[in-house]
Amino acid sequence: MTQAAQNAGMQVDQSDVTGEAKAGPDPHYNFAYLDEQTKRMIRRAILKGVAIPGYQVPFASREMPMPYGWGTGGVQVTASIIGPDDVLKVIDQGADDTTNAVSIRQFFVRTTDVETTTHTEEASIIQTRHRIPEQNLSEDQILVYQVPIPEPLRFLEPRESETRKMHALGEYGLMHVKLYEDIATHGHIATTYAYPVKVNGHYIMDPSPTPKFDNPKMHRMPALQLFGAGREKRIYAIPPHTAVYSLDFEDHPFEVQQWEQSCEICGAGDTFLDEVVTDDQGGRMFVCSDSDHCNRHQEAAE
Amino acid sequence: MTENMTSSDLATQMIQVRNLHKSFTLHTQGGIELSVLSSTDLSVSTGECVALMGPSGAGKSTVLRCLYGNYLPQAGAILIRHKGHMINLVGAEPRNVLAIRRETLGYVSQFLRVIPRIPAIDLICEPLVTLGIDPKAAREKAAELLTRLRIPERHWALAPATFSGGEQQRINIARTMVVDYPVLLLDEPTASLDAENRHTVIDLILEARDRGAAIVGIFHDEEVRDAVCSAQHHVAVPSAQDGTQMNEMNSGDKQDLAG
Amino acid sequence: MSNHDQPLEQPLLRVTDLAKSYGGHAACREVSFDLWPGEILAVVGESGSGKTTLLKCISAQLACDDGRIEYLMRDGVMRDIHSLSEAERRFLMRTDWGFVHQNPREGLRMRVSAGANIAERMIAVGARNYGKIRGTAEDWMDQVELDPARVDHQPNTFSGGMQQRLQIARNLVTHPRLMFMDEPTGGLDVSVQARLLDLLRSLVTKMQLSAVLVTHDLAVARLLSHRIMVMQGGEVIETGLTDQVLDDPQHPYSQMLVSSILPV
Repeated sequence: MTQAAQNAGMQVDQSDVTGEAKAGPDPHYNFAYLDEQTKRMIRRAILKGVAIPGYQVPFASREMPMPYGWGTGGVQVTASIIGPDDVLKVIDQGADDTTNAVSIRQFFVRTTDVETTTHTEEASIIQTRHRIPEQNLSEDQILVYQVPIPEPLRFLEPRESETRKMHALGEYGLMHVKLYEDIATHGHIATTYAYPVKVNGHYIMDPSPTPKFDNPKMHRMPALQLFGAGREKRIYAIPPHTAVYSLDFEDHPFEVQQWEQSCEICGAGDTFLDEVVTDDQGGRMFVCSDSDHCNRHQEAAE
Repeated sequence: MTENMTSSDLATQMIQVRNLHKSFTLHTQGGIELSVLSSTDLSVSTGECVALMGPSGAGKSTVLRCLYGNYLPQAGAILIRHKGHMINLVGAEPRNVLAIRRETLGYVSQFLRVIPRIPAIDLICEPLVTLGIDPKAAREKAAELLTRLRIPERHWALAPATFSGGEQQRINIARTMVVDYPVLLLDEPTASLDAENRHTVIDLILEARDRGAAIVGIFHDEEVRDAVCSAQHHVAVPSAQDGTQMNEMNSGDKQDLAG
Repeated sequence: MSNHDQPLEQPLLRVTDLAKSYGGHAACREVSFDLWPGEILAVVGESGSGKTTLLKCISAQLACDDGRIEYLMRDGVMRDIHSLSEAERRFLMRTDWGFVHQNPREGLRMRVSAGANIAERMIAVGARNYGKIRGTAEDWMDQVELDPARVDHQPNTFSGGMQQRLQIARNLVTHPRLMFMDEPTGGLDVSVQARLLDLLRSLVTKMQLSAVLVTHDLAVARLLSHRIMVMQGGEVIETGLTDQVLDDPQHPYSQMLVSSILPV
């Protein structure tokens, strides 16, 4: 696998290429860092989340050896479900080679010694921050999201007691108030990420700060989707093939972002593009945010 | 609360006051009890106009206010014919009193209780609109009345708070006279009016009598009184003796009315 | 009786022997009254007389210790509001009822525009067309004498009187049948108060609203209400037609209240 990664031109962390990994997980830690009781507790929360799609299950989030905001929720979820045979992929904003992705991957290599990959289809667990891979996922895969603020109603209703009641009673008018406010301010629904969705016809859910471009991919996705918010101590889930509907108005229907440009590296015209500033003269370029997809597309073109 | 009048000669009776007793207990002034009315009886039929007579402080205004449900009598009965039934105002549910006021009882008080910022013409339309009359028709009727009472048209859209005393009184009269109430209670309707307007008010009262309204009023102006009244009723200051008499009479009265 | 044939002979709200105490202190005792359709009932009394506790109990914001509060649902059935499920109760509060707080900030969402504030209740009952929602919001701003051009402005750019009118519009947009008002003109300048009172007066008449209005201002009670209930120490000490209670108060405390008004 390290060979494959190098072939793909990725900057792979030292631990991935050194023989250290083959010596097994770091014996100073329990497998995947968390103790077994904690993993059981988190698995129970995950099961409950799967049973009630979109419902935020409280859990006893642990202190992790990284700061809040670095994906402690996602890491705890991954740590609870990962086994020695899993193949892990970690992405941050779609890329395998950014700081957050690299450190989390390194963390799991050290504590589990599992195989890692950058190839979407090879991974059995994909932990992500802010993106869903462009490539379609399968039933054999689990997508783990890192969530900063799980409560979609928080913007308008600061009381947790009240938002829980609103979820319980399906009082979701406020969510549309937010979208109304968007249109009033910007002339269109300007929410471009963390776009609220209704899961399985009941719970309104925050899809974490993924771009709304990814919302349609959540709908009836064959892979299991798990969401972990470490600081907020919430876990929620979308079981495979669940209906996920993005909220909208009759006269302002849900739409995904579109670009006039194509990716300047691979030429793809159907992916989510990042704008990259190239110099201080106003130079910029648009490239795929999903680095793996971009590489593959590039290879295929060649 | 209702008493169906079977006898035909009573059918035209609009107001019947029996043994009315009204006193005020002034708790803020050491609990002094002022007896104002005792054993007051009064009967008014359609087309009649009864002038309440008596010296100042005898309780003429109190009678009118009791008849309007504004004062709470201690005992007695005030029967008003409302939609064909005699209904006792004493002890009536507030919402029934309001219904009677809305459709049957018109009351011109001495002073206009000014409602801020409402144009005079809207103020006059209001009772009609409340009765479900088309706002346009109501406006026409109000305009007609304002013209008759010589309120300059440029004042119609203004709030009456800024009007002179005489103008306010005419607005007050118009607000009541705009509806053809079967019963009218008039408390010195011409007190601050000039001769011309006084005559207009006399005409309005006579027109009301002609259409069959039963009227009770206080008219200090002899000319007005002679022009509009068909009978006089003297309100006397009650003596101490009357007080005891009344209590006995009323216990029977209440039972009678309850049935 | 003459009214037997009329179908609307049921009160909209019936309160029977309501009691609420905080610890050992009885805030409300044996309060009973009926509120009829189209009727405005003013609850007056000084601070601590229990009027706000009463308002909170009957508007289902506070559980009472004893007594019944029955409301005539749209289907014509009287139901005890404390026997309703929370979902039913909250739905009632968002649609059939309105609540005007003394401080408009309590009744408004200060972080969204005026339009969104009015939109909320429409959306709650299922409106999903932005254009129509906005149009209705503008129409309601006009009805409460706010400039519809300010539909996108946040309430904190509005004056106190304007905020109060916005709060009223936000409540009336679902055409509630019953309004609860807690000192609606309380914190406003006198001139702003007068304007708001006129507006409230014409709106309640036009929309045939029923309302329970808590106020310590007898002038407000006289202008808006049909009936008055005077409270003292948690008990109703006098009740009657508004003008009758104000012009001929019976209870020593009512007389004291009325005589305390400074003549202008």
